[in-house]
Amino acid sequence: LLGLATMATFQFNSFFKTLIGKEIAVELKNDVALTGTLHSVDQYLNIKLTDVQVVDADRFPQLSAMKNCFIRGSVIRYVQIPAAEVDTELLQDAARQQTKDGPSSSSTTSAPATATASA
Amino acid sequence: MSASLDALVNKVVTVVTNDGRNIVGNLRGFDQTTNLILDDCHERVFSTTAGVQQEVLGLYIIRGDNIAIIGELDQDVDSQADLSVVRAEPLKPVAH
Repeated sequence: LLGLATMATFQFNSFFKTLIGKEIAVELKNDVALTGTLHSVDQYLNIKLTDVQVVDADRFPQLSAMKNCFIRGSVIRYVQIPAAEVDTELLQDAARQQTKDGPSSSSTTSAPATATASA
Repeated sequence: MSASLDALVNKVVTVVTNDGRNIVGNLRGFDQTTNLILDDCHERVFSTTAGVQQEVLGLYIIRGDNIAIIGELDQDVDSQADLSVVRAEPLKPVAH
């Protein structure tokens, strides 16, 4: 008998859904940065942005004719969200919630998850 | 709202791949791993020393592993651009 009691782990998917309609910046692993309105997000944290602007657009004429785009989650390095849109205290608390194990729970404290938001 | 590629099917898209290539074509289909079917596609090769080279490819399947961005190409803006005068560094490859 395992007797596992679990609390839901933090769902980034759900968190991003609360930001739909907001202006965000996405930095990719190829160093391209895009700003735009978050249109949708999925289970892989793929992101669709509308009204996209490329940061440092002169360097990237490849992307100049792009108004909306789908960004594959696997290629995202950072998502920058406006500090005003997020209650960072609530977010830190939500991210700290851990799954509780029954028999194997240790009595020592585990490191809390840290969340950073940039303006 | 789930981020689906449905809205881009049968539209002209510009695909940025993980190795920094730019492929433009008509999106015909996709799947959950973002494998794509691109029709009438061509690669646009950007360089700092010459204008944009276009290499015709035809009907392609691009494996989802390799895809970074799928952008809806605004054809009005794109048709105004004179690619022969554009000089740019090629996009960097994706570093995980």
